[in-house]
Amino acid sequence: MDDIDRRIVNALQDPDAFPVSERPYAEAARALGLEEADLIARLRRMCADGLLSRFGPLFDAERLGGAVTLAAMSVPEDRFEVVADLVNAHPEVAHNYARDHPLNMWFVVAAADPERVRPVLDAIAQETGLSVHDMPKLEEFYIGLRLAV
Amino acid sequence: MNRTAPPPPVDAEDRRLIKAMQGGLPLVPRPYHALAETLGLAPEETMARLRRMLADGIIRRIGAVPNHYRLGYTANGMTVWDVADDAVAAAGSAVGALAFVSHCYQRPRHLPLWPYNLFAMVHGRSRDEVERRVAEIAELLDDRSRAHAVLYSTRILKKTGLRLAD
Repeated sequence: MDDIDRRIVNALQDPDAFPVSERPYAEAARALGLEEADLIARLRRMCADGLLSRFGPLFDAERLGGAVTLAAMSVPEDRFEVVADLVNAHPEVAHNYARDHPLNMWFVVAAADPERVRPVLDAIAQETGLSVHDMPKLEEFYIGLRLAV
Repeated sequence: MNRTAPPPPVDAEDRRLIKAMQGGLPLVPRPYHALAETLGLAPEETMARLRRMLADGIIRRIGAVPNHYRLGYTANGMTVWDVADDAVAAAGSAVGALAFVSHCYQRPRHLPLWPYNLFAMVHGRSRDEVERRVAEIAELLDDRSRAHAVLYSTRILKKTGLRLAD
């Protein structure tokens, strides 16, 4: 990753930096002092190398009519991998992180149909034999992930 | 239980468009035209639908989705705070306004196991950096916070982002 890549990643996290237009990469490139083809090639490479998870839209699941929750479990260390596989097998599990706490597995369940969230949590509890602590968002004060690189 | 759901904010064409974009926007000079062609829609209609979903907040933004770990942000601390319920709104607004906080939410307690109700995600290049930021939050909350903890992520077990079921 060079300085130009860094400028691209920093700029293209801004909500208004990438337009909906016929040639959006050309417009974004112009603002960065780059050529359209160079910007596209660099984004392709950063996606392929895993520096970017992807390039594209971030959706708000709730505004889409869906539902999201955060859930936590205390998983015995000797069963950690097996339980992770059982949790991850559910397509509604969007993210899953190991964390250093007695509640050591934290995952996000997102479903287009809000009625699907509870059954997924129940199924995970059933399959793993562990308590699943549901921690839905009660209030959102801020969301704006923006990393300076 | 039969709750009355609000009408869906997106129609069938919007959903087809969302599904086509879940893996990312095509990295070609006319990405919206490429999507339109795939879906059999007019490019102008495709772009109008995207603009409307952006205006409605259904799409938060279109752009780069960084992989924190690969970009050097290897210390990823979920900070959690026990704040009196009647103080949590003001506390959450103040913490959410800090530049290094990427998400800030109120979530339910699970007593006695889990007394925390305010969550703020802090990313840093090292645990030292995260600790300094946690100290800033602690100072800001002062005696509004009765207890706190920092849960570092030790491994990503899954990260696919939101996917609509087929």
